[in-house]
Amino acid sequence: MTVIQLVLVVIAGCGIAAAVSRFRRGGLSRLQLLLWSLLWLAVVGVVLRPETASFLARSLGVGRGADVVVYLAIAALFYLQFRLFGRLEDHERQITELTRALALKDLEGPPHGR
Amino acid sequence: MEKRVIVIPAFNEGRTIGEVVRSALQVADRVLVVDDGSTDRTSEAALASGALVVRHVVNRGLGGALGTGIAGALRLGAEAIATMDADGQHRAEDVKRAFERLAEGDVDFVIGSRMIERKGNMPAVRRLAQFLGNALTFLLFRRWVTDSQSGLRAMTRTAAERIEIRSSRMEVSSEFVKEIVDKDLRLAEVPIEAVYTEYSLSKGQNLAVGMQTALKLILRRLLD
Repeated sequence: MTVIQLVLVVIAGCGIAAAVSRFRRGGLSRLQLLLWSLLWLAVVGVVLRPETASFLARSLGVGRGADVVVYLAIAALFYLQFRLFGRLEDHERQITELTRALALKDLEGPPHGR
Repeated sequence: MEKRVIVIPAFNEGRTIGEVVRSALQVADRVLVVDDGSTDRTSEAALASGALVVRHVVNRGLGGALGTGIAGALRLGAEAIATMDADGQHRAEDVKRAFERLAEGDVDFVIGSRMIERKGNMPAVRRLAQFLGNALTFLLFRRWVTDSQSGLRAMTRTAAERIEIRSSRMEVSSEFVKEIVDKDLRLAEVPIEAVYTEYSLSKGQNLAVGMQTALKLILRRLLD
């Protein structure tokens, strides 16, 4: 095993551990835990047996195994970024609603003298 | 007479808000200032000049403040609601004109346009930015408005109740246009004169904000 393989396997192991601990605290659903675990196990698989990536690359019509990994990683990052944007927008809106409700409390009840 | 309320969103406008409120009170029954989390004396100055004031505990941006102001005006029983800027660039007589146009009864929403008579001293850069705003608004929402980014508007109570403002920041001006289109509101534009002072220009938007606004509008359109 080369050093880079070892490092990557350890990182994947940490990823699985993090997913399990989030699942225990109720932060992940069972399905999400399964998906994250599969993702990290796939990473381990590709790291230990790089030829699986080459096989995937050939079947997808991409030249090299390393390339297909990079392509998929970029696609995944874009997707996450997109989800994050949506999430952020939701939060913005919720904070605005909270702020609004607080502000308008002053307008309720009998008319103020001001 | 129907009850007229002017909503003024204000963020750190302590220098100008008092004067704006006093002029606004000449043409409306109530003036509601939404202090959008200012750190200066905006609230105090507005109160002292006779406005009703509600405060955002944290700054939410123009859209957030306008949404609060319109909701507040509805609670106050407004029959007609206008919005104007706090930096002194809008004249009360133009708001009055917007109210009067509304009172004719054949429209639900009035936008005060700086472009119809082209009076005032709008700088060229502003004019370009405004054209781009109009063009993007048209592309996204299929409605050409001569001044889509104008902060001076008036709407009937019914229109205000139907319009849903979701954006927090500058996209709100185009969002009004979107709502007008989606809810089939009848729109009229009245000519207004914008008064650009060094102060109001210094508070104005820059390219970065413009780009951000455009990007948000496009993304939101794609996501909805």
